[in-house]
Amino acid sequence: MSPNPEKKLEKTLVDINYLLKEAPREKHFITGAQAMAEAVKRASVDMAIAYPITPQSEVMHLVGDIYAQGHIKEYYRAEEELGTMSAIAGAARAGVRLFTATSGPGLLRGLEAIVSWPGHRVPAVLGILTRVINAPLSIQPDNIEMAYMMHCGAVMLHAENQQDTFDFTLAAFAIAEKVDVYIPVAVATEGFFVTHAKGYVEMTPEDMALTEFDPVAAPVPAMDNETPPARIQRDAPVQKSNFMSYLIHAVWQQEIWDSNKRAMKYIYEYLGGPIEVKNPESDVFLIASGCAAAQAREAWRYAQEAGLSVGLIKVRAIRPFPIDEIRDAVKNAKSIIVPEHNIIGWLCKEVKAAIPNGGIVTEGPRVYGGMTLPVELIMKEIHNSLGLEYDLKL
Amino acid sequence: MLKKVTEGPAGYMPQSAPYMGVELAPEGQALLYGNKVSEEEAMRDAAKALLTRDNPTIFPGPQVLWDWKDDVAAKAEALLELASEIPNCKIIPMPDYRPKYPKIDVKAEINPNHPNLTILDNKIKACVFVGVHCHYANLTLRMIRAGTDCYTVALCAYMGHEEAMASIRDLHAEDIHKFKEIVIEERNKLGIEWETTLPPENPSLPKEDLTTLSPADYGEYRSLIMTRKGEHVTEVE
Repeated sequence: MSPNPEKKLEKTLVDINYLLKEAPREKHFITGAQAMAEAVKRASVDMAIAYPITPQSEVMHLVGDIYAQGHIKEYYRAEEELGTMSAIAGAARAGVRLFTATSGPGLLRGLEAIVSWPGHRVPAVLGILTRVINAPLSIQPDNIEMAYMMHCGAVMLHAENQQDTFDFTLAAFAIAEKVDVYIPVAVATEGFFVTHAKGYVEMTPEDMALTEFDPVAAPVPAMDNETPPARIQRDAPVQKSNFMSYLIHAVWQQEIWDSNKRAMKYIYEYLGGPIEVKNPESDVFLIASGCAAAQAREAWRYAQEAGLSVGLIKVRAIRPFPIDEIRDAVKNAKSIIVPEHNIIGWLCKEVKAAIPNGGIVTEGPRVYGGMTLPVELIMKEIHNSLGLEYDLKL
Repeated sequence: MLKKVTEGPAGYMPQSAPYMGVELAPEGQALLYGNKVSEEEAMRDAAKALLTRDNPTIFPGPQVLWDWKDDVAAKAEALLELASEIPNCKIIPMPDYRPKYPKIDVKAEINPNHPNLTILDNKIKACVFVGVHCHYANLTLRMIRAGTDCYTVALCAYMGHEEAMASIRDLHAEDIHKFKEIVIEERNKLGIEWETTLPPENPSLPKEDLTTLSPADYGEYRSLIMTRKGEHVTEVE
């Protein structure tokens, strides 16, 4: 895109609490991709870098549009995903607010750079619009790629629908930039099911945006060659073969996961907590995240109508994972069902690891490769758990 | 008080304080041994440590070593006053965060990549970190807790540090003045006689002859004495 905007749009800048909780909202019927881009529009983003590969989503195309409209100061298309993600890391050194988004194979291509972001204290927001990554090549939704992101130290939020995508993306900027966090925040949602489908989104006014990025309020110096303390290089320690080198790397890694852990209080503050619980006294719980949570919610509704003792736990935060919250929420549960949109069941593994009685967890139902997740599959597992017959008709 | 975070050595690879369950103090409070307490309580404990342990040292970081923001000069001045009230207190700077290879001058500086070398060599048993960017402060404090028996105090302009024995957050110059007054009070209670005295010059730094000083004299720190924003230098070598 040719560099355009000297356009300076007049916006009212407000803090994140006002923007998320108090600002007036207007209902729009838009896609998930539009919802993410609309959040970026309201986030006073300094720079967006993208390799908007098909089959990603429209997100970075739409972000390009809002750059042209003057909502973003800089935008460019990198040569490919590794270049994009490396450029994000470089731009972060200058102390600016950054956004990019990718998907499936693109995420994996950029992964080498992305997993270094937390250690480099890059407070960027990364949209992940999930797609199949396995061969044979497919462009369909499947969130297995999130499993590859879960161990790099980044904060990870998983949006259920278009509204979540809007709210989580806005909150992500605020969480990422906290001095005691200052690591990337990934906002994931399902490609196609959310990104290409329309839903109602209550959006804040377009002329209202998040307060601008403060590069000084940071746990590392921004590389501003005109400001004395910030001239200091953020050189990572060279890895020599001695104990001190090993130790600095070890405590550095600890610091990243400490920062990830510190993000939890902001997830409570901005998003109401890492999980949402319905019917906390139930015998059977559905635990799901992202698009699977939408299907689980529908199954939960059916179960209510049938008078079944079924609860729902929607997991908003994948990292930091709400271990204590889930353990507490299911302490009296007799059975847990974890519907997922991937073959390995990464959420199921997390849930089993979080609770002392993993044997009560049913693995699945799972769909993948782009398949939809019929509510009936979840209903069947609910009935199985309660010892009831269910006539599955798809 | 149950001490969640104490002086080390905590061991080969200790768990981090946040993973031990320590949370940062909210606004208006401080951390003492990992517990949320009043700022005054933390300052009093820190003052006693600095007054009673060997070789108390203040480690100023880049954010208070350079006059780069409105409140920094006032903070730096207050720190000198604080150091003057702690008997035999030294000041050893952490001027930057680059690892020192092949060898650090442990009398002259401390570095976040191997801070325990400076602590151990100087036999420092109580210290204050101030003006160090939070990421590097956390690394430093954890490594000191891992490998030394030094009592650490963090004076932080932001949210404080779980790893320090005493952590003060949202630091301004007036907080340092308050800390200084508490040091004097505790010193008097302990019956320690001391005449306000500035800390000694850093022994490893050569005397500067300001009449002949050139950027080359700053060696690897040369880049740090570049002109400031808005400053126009007319005379250069």
